[in-house]
Amino acid sequence: MAIDQPELVSDLLAGKHRALARAITKIENRTPGYREVVSALYPHTGNADVIGITGSPGSGKSTLVDKLAKQYRDQGLTVGVIAVDPSSPFTGGAVLGDRIRMAATATDMDVFFRSMSARGSLGGLSTATADAVKALDAFGKDKIIIETVGAGQNEVDVVKTADTVAVLVPPSSGDDVQMLKAGILEIGDVFVVNKADLDGANKTVTELRNMLDLRDGEEGDWDPEIAETIAKDGTGVPELMDLFEAHADWLDESGRREEKRHTRYAEELRNLLREDASELLEDELEARGGIDELVARIDDGETTPYEVADDVVAPVREALGD
Amino acid sequence: MSEETQRNVRCLVAKVGLDGHDRGAHVITRAFRDAGFEVIYSGLHKAPEEIVQAAVQEDVDVLGISILSGAHNTLVPKIIEGLEEYDAFGDTLVIVGGIIPDEDRSELEAAGVDAIFGPGTPMAETVEFIEDNVPRRD
Repeated sequence: MAIDQPELVSDLLAGKHRALARAITKIENRTPGYREVVSALYPHTGNADVIGITGSPGSGKSTLVDKLAKQYRDQGLTVGVIAVDPSSPFTGGAVLGDRIRMAATATDMDVFFRSMSARGSLGGLSTATADAVKALDAFGKDKIIIETVGAGQNEVDVVKTADTVAVLVPPSSGDDVQMLKAGILEIGDVFVVNKADLDGANKTVTELRNMLDLRDGEEGDWDPEIAETIAKDGTGVPELMDLFEAHADWLDESGRREEKRHTRYAEELRNLLREDASELLEDELEARGGIDELVARIDDGETTPYEVADDVVAPVREALGD
Repeated sequence: MSEETQRNVRCLVAKVGLDGHDRGAHVITRAFRDAGFEVIYSGLHKAPEEIVQAAVQEDVDVLGISILSGAHNTLVPKIIEGLEEYDAFGDTLVIVGGIIPDEDRSELEAAGVDAIFGPGTPMAETVEFIEDNVPRRD
């Protein structure tokens, strides 16, 4: 019982959960035709607030997401969640476990929760996530939360597709040198010291504040805020939501929302072009007898990866008139 | 490996009702993962509505219900009804694992269960069944 393209889009826009779920599957699988679906959804996007939440495993992301979803629902808002979990680089298999924490909003179909594995590579994951967010947005969700394990570049790219990024920092998560590590301080709009009832929470807040004070922000930049929460009982969650609101207002007032959107479109376009180009080159590789054939010559010391790459790309370069 | 399609079998391993035994569900979750499936585990003590919600939203190809409590005759049909309500029954492979007495099997199958795997079923058999029977979509 395949649902064809236009019907899938119109069903989604009509509020059918099944169609939304199927559209996200198409996006994830890069099923032929998924681009038409996303293109058709585009005009219906831009109404949702997108919040990215990242942090180390066990920092309480899923529990916090559950509480946020509940609070938004209590305000009469609809919620979409995309939770990204790692997948095995060997089998492609994955256990997607974030859903277990969605207790407060269980059986509430107005919270659409979708687990995604990080199977996409080379920026593919952030493209897939951004497109899945568009599907939720077009469906009419008011708040969309993207949840990822903040372990590497891939995940950082994913949360960058959000308007507001919250970084969870568990108490006693290392000294201030850890916090200097790449990315963490730069990507957060709000830092959340979760499990604030544990020892070391105050120290972590102080260290964070010190590190944030050392940033060279430019005039008019957003000053990252620090929130303390205890996700499991909901303490501090309303205050955190106020900070999200404040950041959203700042985005609007400063004109940064447009700027961000522009940067994001540019990034999406780059990713698509990279993907398309590499696909064209895959075909070219096949035409030359497959990658193993070429690598065999490298194995034998006849040539180098650089020479082969140059050679394979040559027709493209020519066609583009370089 | 082409970028064109990246299809993985998606599977929901579900524990439903008042049944606190999830060792079997954990073992199967792991085996499915190692078979290259994407597995969503429901957690314990879920209501049929929660299982339906998860199956629909996650758009799973396979719904594996683990049940050891004896309440399968009421809970499983409830889940299947829920799937039908969201047009999700037709192309979802529904399998049941656990303690199902022989005399209950035909009733579950009539309700729409595609296969029942009792205790001692080799993991490879279940995985193979899924790979052979997972609905082709798109």
